[in-house]
Amino acid sequence: MNNLELKKTANKIRKGIVSAVHSAKAGHPGGSLSAADIFTYLYFEKMKIDPANPRMEERDRFVLSKGHTAPGLYAALAYRGFFPVEDLATLRRLGSYLQGHPCMNHIPGVDMSSGSLGQGISAAAGMALAGKMDGKGYRVYTLLGDGELQEGQVWEAAMFAGHYKLDNLVVIVDNNGLQIDGPIEDVCSPYPIDKKFEAFQFHVIHADAHDFDSLREAFREAENTREMPAAVIAHSIKGKGISFMEGDAGWHGKAPDDMQYETAMAELEKIDEELAREEAG
Amino acid sequence: MKENTGKKIATRESYGNALIELGAANKDVVVLDADLSSATKTDSFKKRYPQRHIDCGIAESNMMGVAAGLAAAGKIPFASSFAMFAAGRAFEQIRNSVGYPHLNVKIGATHAGITVGEDGATHQCNEDIALMRTIPGMVVMCPADDVEAKAAVKAAAEYEGPVYLRFGRSPCPVINDRPDYKFEMGKGSVVKEGSDVSIIATGICVANALEAAELLQRDGICAEVINICTIKPLDEALILSSARKTGKVVTVEEHSVIGGLGSAVGDVLNRVYPAPVRKIGIQDVFGESGFAQALLEKYKLDGKGIAEQVKEFSESFTTGKEQLCQE
Repeated sequence: MNNLELKKTANKIRKGIVSAVHSAKAGHPGGSLSAADIFTYLYFEKMKIDPANPRMEERDRFVLSKGHTAPGLYAALAYRGFFPVEDLATLRRLGSYLQGHPCMNHIPGVDMSSGSLGQGISAAAGMALAGKMDGKGYRVYTLLGDGELQEGQVWEAAMFAGHYKLDNLVVIVDNNGLQIDGPIEDVCSPYPIDKKFEAFQFHVIHADAHDFDSLREAFREAENTREMPAAVIAHSIKGKGISFMEGDAGWHGKAPDDMQYETAMAELEKIDEELAREEAG
Repeated sequence: MKENTGKKIATRESYGNALIELGAANKDVVVLDADLSSATKTDSFKKRYPQRHIDCGIAESNMMGVAAGLAAAGKIPFASSFAMFAAGRAFEQIRNSVGYPHLNVKIGATHAGITVGEDGATHQCNEDIALMRTIPGMVVMCPADDVEAKAAVKAAAEYEGPVYLRFGRSPCPVINDRPDYKFEMGKGSVVKEGSDVSIIATGICVANALEAAELLQRDGICAEVINICTIKPLDEALILSSARKTGKVVTVEEHSVIGGLGSAVGDVLNRVYPAPVRKIGIQDVFGESGFAQALLEKYKLDGKGIAEQVKEFSESFTTGKEQLCQE
């Protein structure tokens, strides 16, 4: 997919996030929006997947270790064809399969249930190890929040992945710098993130989470890494795309009201128009 | 009384031996450990199938997550540690990464209960049955001896879904070594028929309950002894039929009386056939260091201690001692 198509897709996903969270009157827009371009890149260009066959044995796997950003994952899966886009409006509702946090048994395309921070990376490591044991060619991607790095289990898993040289595993850190209680370095700093992963025998790659060339290059480098897992530290902006949500920890887990929703959607419409003009040349 | 002169085997040994057999039969079986393979007895599997033994180091939380990932990719992982660190430390990982997605992970928890012995309270897990049976869809098994332990491991592997297997550290008598022995997950068995009181026991306490029944016989109390290996799902029919016959029930477990076998039995009786229940187990206290047998005696989980409590309980119905509202 070319960058313009990726940008258009990412904007659709952002609309899906904002609509779903608004409809649910709850959810986590900030971290979903910061990761929207990562979801887009992985699901629309990088990963070997088949929406018609979500459990395909040879598929690449994705584990959303920061499970609260389910709206981002769900929007990506819906637009990729795993389930109807209209269903996004049922997010978090009683009876909907779109649970507040990802559930692998009920949502097509979800490879692992997650939501309790620090756990997804371990499951991703297990999947990667199974792939190695069976000589399968699939790759495993897992997305973590930077606040999530405060969970000790993340480093247990990192030690494990480094020790077992899981070069089919890519750990992505959505480094938007904010968590519920404020800036990560004020709450309990996980920095330096790169040096920590290096110490755990990872090949560390920095990327701009909102630049598809940068993401493409980073994931290519990760794929070419041998004998060690890769960590992509994706520098992002929390709430990216919605002016009043950007860089504001208050939008970590809050739904927009009707007025804010209108404003947000209008901003995303404007991005669509710009992209259309870009396309027209 | 009859001395038990037969062989004694710790159920953790049975776990290790059963894994080797499973490993030969099914190449998807993988074994995880957290730096305790010589104690959990998975080291013999490691020797035989080094490529399928994964040491996770001292990191049980991650081990459960890795097991979940392996299961999601089609493996049958047996994640092994002491009960304290499997069910205790990694409870939330088991709940969310294994239980919620109902993944095919088997948890082999050894060194359960106070018979861990000398290590003392920090390592004596008397809470694991309670923790594990609260997780929806989790099968909980606590085998009584070598024969049952091996059968339970095999049954766990054949079952699709999460299973918690509870094993002990100390050698215990083999009571099921007979040609017609058959194991079925979810089914208990009457190991001694009786009419006066039902003693429902699990794990190593089954042998001790049998010993208690012999002692009680001398006092004219004919106790029925039931072995419940699968605590969840519970063999309710067997428990109810025995309770209907004897009218009073004693549960025996090397576990807290809060939330374990006694609570599970109490739940079904309360619902269907209310009957008096005396729960023998660890009475809401922490354990302590000591030889396993000395601890069993102190906490009244040996044959003599069980017999005393059953006798007192049975006699209370004739003396009225346990009746709360006396005229």
